[in-house]
Formats: sequence, C-alpha cells, structure tokens
Amino acid sequence: MPEIEVCKNNELADGAVRIVRVRNLEVAVIRHGGKYFAYHNYCPHQGGPACEGVRMPQVVDRLDADGRFLGQGYDESDMHIVCPWHGYEFHLSDGVNVSDRRLRLKKFQVVERDGGVYVAI
Amino acid sequence: MKTNGSEGAQFRDVSLDTYDTTAALAHAAEQAAARHYEDFLIVDIDSHHYETESFAEITEYVTDPVLRHDALFQGLARPGIGVGNGSYQELGGRIVRYRGRRKEKVPPVPHRDITLMRRWMDAMGTDIACMFPTPMLNLSLSPNLNVQTGLAWAYNSWLCERILAEEPRIKSMLYLPFHDPEACVKTVEHFAGKPGVIGFMVTSTHYRNVNDNGYLKTYAMLQERGLPLAFHSATGSEPGLRLFNRFFGVHALGFCWHNMLHLTNWLISGLPERYPGLKTIWIESGLAWVPFLMQRLDSEYMMRSSEVPLLKRKPSEYIREMYFSSQPMEMVDNREALELTFKMINAETQLLYASDFPHWDMDLPSTIYDLPFLSEQAKRNILGGNAQRLFNLETIVPEHKLARRAAAAKRGASAGGHEAHV
Repeated sequence: MPEIEVCKNNELADGAVRIVRVRNLEVAVIRHGGKYFAYHNYCPHQGGPACEGVRMPQVVDRLDADGRFLGQGYDESDMHIVCPWHGYEFHLSDGVNVSDRRLRLKKFQVVERDGGVYVAI
Repeated sequence: MKTNGSEGAQFRDVSLDTYDTTAALAHAAEQAAARHYEDFLIVDIDSHHYETESFAEITEYVTDPVLRHDALFQGLARPGIGVGNGSYQELGGRIVRYRGRRKEKVPPVPHRDITLMRRWMDAMGTDIACMFPTPMLNLSLSPNLNVQTGLAWAYNSWLCERILAEEPRIKSMLYLPFHDPEACVKTVEHFAGKPGVIGFMVTSTHYRNVNDNGYLKTYAMLQERGLPLAFHSATGSEPGLRLFNRFFGVHALGFCWHNMLHLTNWLISGLPERYPGLKTIWIESGLAWVPFLMQRLDSEYMMRSSEVPLLKRKPSEYIREMYFSSQPMEMVDNREALELTFKMINAETQLLYASDFPHWDMDLPSTIYDLPFLSEQAKRNILGGNAQRLFNLETIVPEHKLARRAAAAKRGASAGGHEAHV
C-alpha cells in the first residue's frame, strides 16, 4: 500500500485531526495521547464526516455496592470518536461502534519513521 | 488545503473554531451528485431555523407595545441545563453544528436565514424546503396566552415578509395559536394565500382537544382553501414524560406521544368524515408509531364501534389517507419492519420526505433513496412528488442542479446518461 506522509513528528498538536484525501477517499489522522490513529472519515450511519467532530470519553453511570445511582463520570481510558452529524460514537482504539460492534470505521495503519508520520492508504 | 504532489493527496486540518454549513455537509453533496438528485425534484417538508437569531426583527411585528418591549428585553427562549423539559438535543456538544452555526459567516444579503437554508439545501440536493421555527414550537406551553398569540402573529408576519417573499425555495406552514380558536381563524384569513404559505401548523404539545367546536371554522376554512393542517411534534412538559430522567426517553416517546394523542382524537371525533377534504400531516414522530396506532385503533374499533358512530370505516383506512413526514426514520436492524410500515401507510403516495435539518436527528435524502424495496418512481414520489402534489408546488430547479444536468447532457446521452424528470 502506498504510504503518504501526513506530517512531521510533533507537527500535529495533541487532539488535532488532519484529513488526507486521495481521489474519493478521506482518511482522518488523529493525534491523541501522543499516539496517532487513522480512520476512514465516513460514518456507516448516513455518511457523515465521522472524524471531524469531537472526541469524548466513555460516560459511566456510577453505582454503589447496592446498585444505587451515585452520579456520572468519564472513563478517559476509552475515548470515542463522535460523528458530528448524529452523534454515532466509535472507540478511538479500534474504530468499532460503541453501540453495535458490527459497525466500524475502517482503520488505516500509521507509521512513524525518520521524523515523519505516514499513513498507508 | 495543501497538496502532496507525489500522490495527489490533499490535506486539511479540522478546526472547530470556525463553522461552515457547506463544508460540514460536503459528504451530503457528494451523495447528491452520486445519486443524480439533479434529475428530479426534492422537497423537504420539515426543516428549521433558529428564530432566536432574528428575534429583534420579529419583535418589530409585535403589535402589543407592552409585549414588544418585554420580548425585546427578555428574548424568546432561555436555554440551559435546568430547563423543565430536560432538553439535551446537542448531546453536550457532540453535535457540533449547534454551537458552530453561531460562528458561521454570511454575506450582508440576502437574509441570514435564507443564506443558511440555501447552503444546506444545496448540499443535500433539496430544491424546496418547508421551514419551521425551533424554540417557538414550545410557545404553546407559555402560560401567558397574550404572549402566545402576540408572538405567533409577529413571527408569521415577519416570516412572510422577510423570508418567504424573498426566497421561493423556502415555504412554510404557519404556526396557529391553537389555544385561541378565534386567533386561528384570523391567522388563516390573513395569511392564507401569501407567497410561500403552503398550509398551517399546530405544535402538538398543547392541551386543547382538536374536536373543540371552536376549531371547526378553522378546519372549514382550510378545507375550502385546499390547505393542509400539520401537527408538528415538540418537547413538551407532559406530566408523564417527567418520569424520564434523561432526554433519551422524553424524545423517544414524547415526540410520538402528542401526535398519537391528537391523531386518535381526530379519528374518534369523526373529523375525517366531517372534513373529508382537509388533509392532515403528522410531522417529526418517525414512522414506527403508525402501524402500532393502525392496529391498536382497529382493534378498539371492532369492539367499541358504538363509541365512534361518525366513523364509516376502520381507523386504519383513514390513517392510510393521511400524510406523514419520514423523519426521524427508524432504521436500525429493522428492514422488514420498515418495508411493512411503508406498505401499511401507503408510503408511495402518502409519505413526505423530511430532513429536520439542522436538528440532531436529521435525515438525508439517502434515507429514502437508498431503500432497496422502493421503485425509482416511489423514491421520487416520497422525495418530492407527493409534496408537490399535496401543496401544489411549482417546480424549481436551482442553478447548481441545472449545471449538473447540462454537464451530463454534454457527456452525451449516447454514453448511457440518465433521464431527468421535472
């Protein structure tokens, strides 16, 4: 697969998203927590630009030992890509939809090499 | 946008600091081109703007000087996490266009609302859109009845003069102050026939019975003029819905509940027999509720026909003659149910495509166009033909669609180009 240089290392700030378009294919390269993730920027729901919205952590309903509701919190270890059109959420780690594992964003491999960041498309 | 010459790759960095509707809907435009929406009319019968953005202008049309002063001082709606109906459409910022549109830049002319409407309509391939307000959908819940009537009149006046008269692609079904039957009559008398007015609308979250004798003159006037009556869902303060502690439930059930209530009352009051020429449209409740209601009411009818002597046919037969907007279409793991629903409601002639843009659960035309169980003619009916017939709409083809048709024609019918229908 051809590799396309997306940026120099540390060029993208943490949280930044760069869209790479080759012909009709858009791939979003996301920098988060010092790592890079790359996904097809096309939501399986209605075709929205899935990676052009916000990233949010998984929301957790906190319960005590008796099952009583204590409030809500965030699980920062499970960040979600949130499609801006309708709010479909996908795990940042693997692109799988949070609500239906049969749906996913296609993942692309990112390679850091010689001071550059490359995505294999 | 940068280009890497070696692969022809193009790059752009995502920023939420600015917002542009055309850019945000770029994928919708690609879908429209790929499906050749330029070949036929698309009418969106339910879309919205945020009249809060034009509220100062709207108050100029308030005739009551005290109301005008108070409205200008206080504004129209107060958002916030503490609102009584638990409204949470934006999902805490996950739907970025809610906040983003405030930053969207528009040219000085035409009116901002017209520019924003054209941007999303052109992206989606929509030719004509029916535009409704947003916060004013809850006006029916204001305890101050003078506010309801006064603001309804002002909004309708502003809408007709500043928007509908300026842009033929934008239509509306005007808000009826349903708490005041006489005001409804005056509204129809004054506004029916104005450019762009294709019907009248009642926000379903209200607590007046549709069979109240006070409304009969309004129904007769609408029937006489051939203008439909729409019932549009909204977030209300229904006591039962207060048992939900998340908006998830308020929306899932609440947006169906009020239309279910009023449609049922419409039937058991015999209104389809009393006003057989008055067409009703039920908006923004999705479709899954309709087969339920058809079955449930038919079952009641067979056992309780003595309670509804005005009905000459089963409830489902009347329902099949009503009109429904498609959004938010329930499409998760339910292909067979959806196909059956379309059959039950006679979708080919009675279903009207709606986006509800810019709201969070908007539907693109592809929600209809990509359904495998519809014929091409059925798709075009639902996407625009049914609305054109119902509202007696002119055919409008925007310039970008004309340009695509011309480009296709230039590529040559000999290459097997598709056929455009007007």
